[in-house]
Amino acid sequence: MQFFGGSEISPSPPAPTASGNNAHMMYVFNRNGVCLLYREWNRPLHTLNAQQDHKLMFGLLFSLKSLTAKMDPTNAERGNLGVPQLPGQGCSFHSFRTNTYKLSFMESPSGIKIILVTHPRTGDLRESLKYIYNLYVDYVAKNPLYTPGTPIRCELFNTNLDQYVRSIA
Amino acid sequence: MAAIYSLYIINKSGGLIFYKDYGSAGRMDTNDSLRVASLWHSMHAISQQLSPVAGCSGIELLEADTFDLHCFQSLTGTKFFVVCEPGTQQMEALLKVIYELYTDYVLKNPFYEIEMPIRCELFDFNLSQTVQKDCVALLGR
Repeated sequence: MQFFGGSEISPSPPAPTASGNNAHMMYVFNRNGVCLLYREWNRPLHTLNAQQDHKLMFGLLFSLKSLTAKMDPTNAERGNLGVPQLPGQGCSFHSFRTNTYKLSFMESPSGIKIILVTHPRTGDLRESLKYIYNLYVDYVAKNPLYTPGTPIRCELFNTNLDQYVRSIA
Repeated sequence: MAAIYSLYIINKSGGLIFYKDYGSAGRMDTNDSLRVASLWHSMHAISQQLSPVAGCSGIELLEADTFDLHCFQSLTGTKFFVVCEPGTQQMEALLKVIYELYTDYVLKNPFYEIEMPIRCELFDFNLSQTVQKDCVALLGR
């Protein structure tokens, strides 16, 4: 971390909500829907092959975002359903929960989408996702050997990410 | 103050059979509410496919920036979902009560055709009472 910016850029890691490793998997997409990173820690069930799975996940997030933008009950000017939204435009969402998992979602202003899937009874992970985004900025975006839009292959990023995810959730 | 913004009921094939608005800004027109309902039906199904663990039964709570969406699916596949203010409590209980009203006043109505839009006066009446009571309880806290 001290090579790239140091502690004044990255906030200190948010306090872990509980001990143990409850995270199932994580996805990072860019604004074009390319899956930049897929990490898996604990996933007993695979229903689809990897590529189909990533496509379905991106489609789900895209459609849920247009759904929330259309449903927003506090805004009378909502436009039409299905019109593409720019990052930060319209009402978005930050998580959803089913009986078996909780999905937390964050979109950066440049359209990077970070998705973390954890145990359904995990608390609010918005701060944690921001911290993961900071890791991405420090270890991926600032890496001179990384070409934007290609899958992430940065060992330092992966080790730091694994370490951090193990401490949360 | 409206704690609950709107209520939707969709049948097992994703068709909207009931929609009621309780004061959201800019009421949705009929076409949009139908689209939103069927979109939710498919998102609910996709979320089951993406589960990392077996036995997933779809989204129960969606937390958006300006609202929460609570969804309850009955055993027959009818989905009830309510859009409310972020952080509103006891919505699961409210959905169960609404389901009970649905079985009592809609399914037991001899003139109601199953899977078709709900037009039952008694259901409307009891529903508005329940939602109002709920709002009062929330205000009293």
